[in-house]
Amino acid sequence: MVKLAEWRGKEVFRKYGVPLPRGAVARSAEEAEALVRSGQVPLPCVVKAQVLAGGRGKGGAVKFAETPEKARAAATSILGLEFKGEKVKELLLEEKLALGRELYLSITLDRARRLPILIASGRGGVEIESVDDTEIDRQPVDPFPGLTSYEKRRAAHVLGLSGETAKALDRLLDALWKAFNAEDAELIEINPLAIVGNGLVALDAKVIIEDDAAFRHPEYADIRDDRTPLEEIAREKEIAFVQLDGNIGVIANGAGLTMATLDVLKEFGGNPGVFLDLGGTDDPKKVTEAFLLMAQAKPKVVFLNIFGGVTKCDTVANGLVAAMQQVPPSDRFPLVARIRGNNEKEGTEILRAAGVVAVPSLKESAQAAVAAAGRSP
Amino acid sequence: MSVLIDRDTRVLVQGITGHQGTTHTRQMKAFGTQVVAGVTPGKGGSEVEGVPVFDSVREAVERTQANASCIFVPAPWAKDALIEAVDAGIRLCTVVTEHIPFHDMLVMYHYARGKGTRIIGPNCPGIAAPGKSKIGIIPNLVFRPGRVGVISRSGTLTYEIVNGIKEHGLGQSTCIGLGGDPVVGTSFVDALPLFEADPETDLLVMVGEIGGTAEEDGAEYIKHHFTKPVVAYIAGRSAPPGKRMGHAGAIITRGKGTAETKVAALEAAGARVARFPYEVPDLVAEVLATLGRR
Repeated sequence: MVKLAEWRGKEVFRKYGVPLPRGAVARSAEEAEALVRSGQVPLPCVVKAQVLAGGRGKGGAVKFAETPEKARAAATSILGLEFKGEKVKELLLEEKLALGRELYLSITLDRARRLPILIASGRGGVEIESVDDTEIDRQPVDPFPGLTSYEKRRAAHVLGLSGETAKALDRLLDALWKAFNAEDAELIEINPLAIVGNGLVALDAKVIIEDDAAFRHPEYADIRDDRTPLEEIAREKEIAFVQLDGNIGVIANGAGLTMATLDVLKEFGGNPGVFLDLGGTDDPKKVTEAFLLMAQAKPKVVFLNIFGGVTKCDTVANGLVAAMQQVPPSDRFPLVARIRGNNEKEGTEILRAAGVVAVPSLKESAQAAVAAAGRSP
Repeated sequence: MSVLIDRDTRVLVQGITGHQGTTHTRQMKAFGTQVVAGVTPGKGGSEVEGVPVFDSVREAVERTQANASCIFVPAPWAKDALIEAVDAGIRLCTVVTEHIPFHDMLVMYHYARGKGTRIIGPNCPGIAAPGKSKIGIIPNLVFRPGRVGVISRSGTLTYEIVNGIKEHGLGQSTCIGLGGDPVVGTSFVDALPLFEADPETDLLVMVGEIGGTAEEDGAEYIKHHFTKPVVAYIAGRSAPPGKRMGHAGAIITRGKGTAETKVAALEAAGARVARFPYEVPDLVAEVLATLGRR
């Protein structure tokens, strides 16, 4: 998932013609003050932390200012805040508008229907999760005709809009639909969408771009998700790697098998901390890289659970043995392996010769890994 | 016949000259699959593993009467490859390719559906009927002909469980790996009626994972329309909320899509739900024993 910060989401909105308040981005208090003094951001204005987490208003990450001095003070107090674990480095300053009702609009994917879905609610400005289902309208949209007039009329009706404002919604929905498809978005959300006079203005923007479409969106390549440095390295090497608290490192292949492995370890009292999904590979170098990455996370024990299909067990074993030799003796940790499937006999022999505990049963090997983590200092 | 494929299925491999395409063409042939053609634009006239390669699907179909396709074409070109197969009259397409943008898959799914083509996948291990035919990449060694049907959203976890069934001395009728992407061509609900109608399947094993509501929807179908016994396993009970575990399908969404909601829905539908993968074969044997079949 590539989550765009609000200001960047609004750049996307601007590109497709979604109406926005006048505003600009600042990265220091001086810059914030200058934006107001130059008139680029009209007063009174709102100063908003550019973080991905929600609930900014309540969390002191959004402030209002009537003078350039107050804008500077607001910027100073918000910059450097740590908001839900994220340091505030950027601010969005925008004119404060005289608002009418606040609405909610989004387009996302409905997996079960295999269709995009347009979600509308007259109860904007609050977390949509807290809105009663009867006040949320959901319309699946077929990608082949695309968003049609009757669907837009229905949205206007649900939102209680008529006349010029309904026309504004019609244009806005066309823009959103275009953006959802052209930007390969997983989610495009406006909350709140405010009625201002006869028109509509997007006060916030939440845009998430799909990872798998990254190849046709180099413009988002610089955006980093909330990954740890090791997770970032793994991503570059195309290894799925998740780091959490816990002391057992798990190397498995395939998301389902990785999850099943965690379930079994937890059942026996284990505390898996790092999960590394090798995916399908028959390249021993990739196995070595994965193992060395795991070693950097400093687990107490590593549990390897591989079912060899595309991945051959002896390939994994060879890659593993090569990697173990590269880890300095002081940093070594016990390794419990369970490798099944393609060439499992060869793989098991290679591992045993290198002194690795190799057990064929998932249950017994998981128990052995948990026991080893308990013994390890 | 078995589900969707049989001895007579004539398979075309799109992307046959790539490493994966070549490797799995060899494996499919070893399984007994009739791989009759390959397609790689620009490589027409060559041969891979004794299989003739054509420049286009249409030409391959005209010359070999291929009626099912296995797609290994890389993600940026997979959508076009699928549409080419549909336009050439192929009515069963197994898409092994991973990382296809879901926006592309939406187009692929609705286009194929409009023309009467079924898609299995994407990002899936494929389909196999032991002793008959296999399309995709599930390792041959996990299979043994038998009467247990398997539908799964996972890859390697499917191999693990299917292999467990074999090691228990049982065998499989047909196994379908649906794929773990947010949009799949064939879901549990789509696959269940096929196994209900299959006279060679006595019992169905369903392997699911957290994320989405495909298992809950499948459970609803089972409750009302599926008469055969079901044994299920759901991976990801201990997964931390919100963290991605490898593919887009495995994200926990609020309220629904957790292991608890899936297990509860399946149990309410009368399925026996295993807590761990290694419990599945025992449960299968136990349920088959009560049916008087082994």
